[in-house]
Amino acid sequence: MRTMFFTQAIDDALGQAMADDPRIVLFGEDIPLLRRNLLVRFGPKRVRGAPISESAFLGAGVAAAMSGLRPVVELYMVDFLGVCMDALLNHAAKVEAFSGGKWTAPVVVRAPCGGGYGDGGQHEQSLWGWLAHVPGLTILVPSTPADAGGLMLAALQHDGPVIFLEHKLLSETWLEFLGSGGRRTVQFGVPAEGAKGAVPNKWEPVPIGKAVFRREGSDITIVSVGVGVHRALEAAKILETEGISAGVLDLRTVSPLDKTVVCEAVAKSGRLLVVDEDYEGFGLSGELSAVVLEAGISCKYARVCTQTTIPYARHLEDQILPNKQRIYASIRKLTQ
Amino acid sequence: MSLDLWSLYTLMLKSRLLEEAIARFWYDGLISGEMHLGTGEEAIIAGVVAHLRDGDAMALDHRGTSALLMRGVDPVLILRELLGYEDGLCGGRGGHMHLFSKEHLTASSGIVGAEGPTAVGFALSAQYLRPGAIATAFFGDGAMNQGMLMESINLASAWNLPVLFVCKDDGWAITTQSKQVTGGDLGERARGLGVPAVEVDGGDVSAVWEAAGRAIESARSGQGPTFLHARCVHFEGHFLGFQLIRMVRAPFREMPGITIPLTLSFLHSGGAALHERLEGLKAVLAAVLATLRDPRRDSANDPLRRARTTLQSDTARLEELEEQVEKELSNVLSTVLAGGPS
Repeated sequence: MRTMFFTQAIDDALGQAMADDPRIVLFGEDIPLLRRNLLVRFGPKRVRGAPISESAFLGAGVAAAMSGLRPVVELYMVDFLGVCMDALLNHAAKVEAFSGGKWTAPVVVRAPCGGGYGDGGQHEQSLWGWLAHVPGLTILVPSTPADAGGLMLAALQHDGPVIFLEHKLLSETWLEFLGSGGRRTVQFGVPAEGAKGAVPNKWEPVPIGKAVFRREGSDITIVSVGVGVHRALEAAKILETEGISAGVLDLRTVSPLDKTVVCEAVAKSGRLLVVDEDYEGFGLSGELSAVVLEAGISCKYARVCTQTTIPYARHLEDQILPNKQRIYASIRKLTQ
Repeated sequence: MSLDLWSLYTLMLKSRLLEEAIARFWYDGLISGEMHLGTGEEAIIAGVVAHLRDGDAMALDHRGTSALLMRGVDPVLILRELLGYEDGLCGGRGGHMHLFSKEHLTASSGIVGAEGPTAVGFALSAQYLRPGAIATAFFGDGAMNQGMLMESINLASAWNLPVLFVCKDDGWAITTQSKQVTGGDLGERARGLGVPAVEVDGGDVSAVWEAAGRAIESARSGQGPTFLHARCVHFEGHFLGFQLIRMVRAPFREMPGITIPLTLSFLHSGGAALHERLEGLKAVLAAVLATLRDPRRDSANDPLRRARTTLQSDTARLEELEEQVEKELSNVLSTVLAGGPS
């Protein structure tokens, strides 16, 4: 086993896959700087910078995937998908259905997501629920370095479009680039176990659509992804001292959802709390309640999500994003 | 209106001093996240904004503090916004990339190129509701490759809208040199869409003022949009803490963290042949070398210094003015900091 930072793990897995598969190419804005380590290993033919033209280069990535390449298209932030959503919504997601299952677009879209460092409401969104709403897209949201690398490998082997979301609070390089800018005068609530951890010597794919328990618990099942998993674990630790046993399930994949594991756990605990950094309305948290209801499970339910546009001010942002205190209060209420 | 270099210099100096104060707040950790300063582009902003009047609108990019200040927004409100205070310009909700002033018909966006559609919309409503008023869009050369901006230039042309498109060209698109990702000539693009393009030295505030004045007059009188292409430098690069500039300014502190993984990766088994790896290394080094040679390191490109050279003919007046502006800013800072978070 080795130890790696979050983004280091993703790039390491990507490097392993690129060495094995010459069809994999990377492109996006500022890639020569951001992926410089891969650039000096694989050369400028496979690692290239793009203009600030997301509609063009993401759309091109989709078609390049349809015609033999395995592109990893990188966006500066998932928020910027707003500029070029057509490529995913109307093209990547539709090819397989429109062609009667005969053609797919195996493109990986890699994008930083999430907040907690004061960049405001246009640069800190999660948006996985918005993306997962579209049939035909696979959405991955890892929460540890080992999963990040393993899921990147799985994404590269998958035969359809995959959106790979890299939470900036877990990413040593993104947080340095966008949050601190080299300063030591700012602090962020980085979950240590998500930012750095053990990874395998040789990467193996982590299966898409498989959730994993980060903590077993019998009184309540907390379901989350990304940084939310770590916030849930912090709250679960406090609750344990108060005699409440909270299980934490890390979905890892938002679409397709691991419905089986969710239903089994909630059927046993009788309580479901969704911790979702994405927007509350019409998203993952509501979807999970539908999943358990459709399975005929009756349970107590609550959610801790982001309800409004993310404010710029750090102290306001800390209250808006799911935090340990809100999760704790919600569980106390559910277990009363 | 005749050219008044003294007032243009005052606008630029106020902006420069305010942004230097913002930089100190940022380094002290009082401002989180990114911080894009407009230091170096003041001549472009001043030369355009000095022509604006009630009813005119502005669509700003992620670097909009300077334009808001010059347009007359209270610097105390701007600073308190950046510090995240409830009584800041936008209640601490927007931050420096999302500054809004309804009163000045001014909207900002952190989405590159979004200034295009916004300015076109402001100009459209001006056509109906505020005849003679115009809209300006400020954006960088990187934004010129964004589809929505190119579409907006065409839309303004097709609908003959009173828009001034201002391209602040510093040669960089974030950390990428624009010439590596841009085809053709920017002025030709605008002309190809039927919009007159004017080239101007963006470091010369008088030249910008003259060119912007003609373009704005033309828009006010129903002659449609103009594309103003002004070259400039950004002393701090894309944003404060810009990695390439840090590397050049403090190589011994910054280099090990970059060169060690780079070398290990260059030597890593599995991957391209040596000549491809060398091409990759050359590309990385080219960005560093370009930063070393960057004109932003040359103070001769400072628009304030250039304006000052002319004004030095009246040293007494210049000193008095500078003292006055510095005193005003010092008062602003005392007010801002005395209040604390509300």
